[in-house]
Amino acid sequence: MSRPVRLWVFLVGAVLVAALYAWACFDLPSFGGDHHPYGDRAVRTALAQHTANAVSSVNFDQRAFDTLGEQTILFAAVLGTVVLLRQVRGERRTDPTPAPVADRVRWFGVLMLPVALVVGFYVVAHGPLSPGGGFQGGIVLATALHLLYIAADYRALERIRPVGLYEVGDAVGEAAYVVTGLAAVLAGSAFLANVVPHGTFNTLSSGGTVAVLNIAVGMEVACGIIVLLARFLDQAVEIEETAEETGAR
Amino acid sequence: MSVLPYLAAGWIFLIGVYGLVTSRNLIHAVGCLTVTQSSTYVLLVAIGYRRGGTAPVFSDLPPGARVVDPVVQALALTDIVVGATVTALLLALVVQLRKRHGTVDPDKLAELRG
Repeated sequence: MSRPVRLWVFLVGAVLVAALYAWACFDLPSFGGDHHPYGDRAVRTALAQHTANAVSSVNFDQRAFDTLGEQTILFAAVLGTVVLLRQVRGERRTDPTPAPVADRVRWFGVLMLPVALVVGFYVVAHGPLSPGGGFQGGIVLATALHLLYIAADYRALERIRPVGLYEVGDAVGEAAYVVTGLAAVLAGSAFLANVVPHGTFNTLSSGGTVAVLNIAVGMEVACGIIVLLARFLDQAVEIEETAEETGAR
Repeated sequence: MSVLPYLAAGWIFLIGVYGLVTSRNLIHAVGCLTVTQSSTYVLLVAIGYRRGGTAPVFSDLPPGARVVDPVVQALALTDIVVGATVTALLLALVVQLRKRHGTVDPDKLAELRG
């Protein structure tokens, strides 16, 4: 299909979609309205389960099974990326050369690395209490580690980042989630039911399994993103095509 | 106007699809897909909004406070996580395509092999 034809097909489709969508919008409950039947019930349940952060309660308690699916998508995507970005025939690894880093950047990295790590652990641990949780905290942890890449160089990052270990961590996080769910079954309840005592409202140990699942997810996300970024960085920094491969094209 | 946030979500969706259709670079196309997906965040959060409501976090709120809908916020979180990982997977595919065919222009790729 040539470009002009494609654009026309799009325009016709877009006008139709826009018309139908706008029509549907006028029948939606009005913006900012008071009618939120699911939201009201979710908030009631969150408070009954002693989970201060209602969003975490929805994700890790009321819809914990759906989050298992979401986590599995993450796991599968990391696996797919690892397979796609492996070193293939006709490629070789070169040792990355250290690049000069400005002193201020180096100091910034050295100072911020521990701060960022603590913030990451804080966000994961306080998932049931305050905004945040395993997904958000995991991302903070994974990015914190890469401050070292900015502040020092790639070899320094590789020293504290044995990728194999993080691949195991990724799998352990995923497995911990499933095992927590199965533990509820063994306790005589449904899969992923919140059977642990709910604790005192608004303390670190409140929320029952919400806290446990948060840590499992935090571990999987942090390890998964580190593995993911490691594969992309490998492609950018280390893996090079050899001459014969370039000539074959 | 109370439908404006919903219409904004629709506009973001269409502008993302427009970018996908006219894209000449697969990395740009992956970016457009991300834009398209972000329309769903806007729609979800807009649907869950309650006028005068605050974040549904009760660590410093009395029970019964006026909060926005936590269900759609949880859905938006799921959406963002899945979107980010799928973007990573697609970018990995683009890296492989570039290695195999030496181009990231979708039109040229179609000419190379069926």
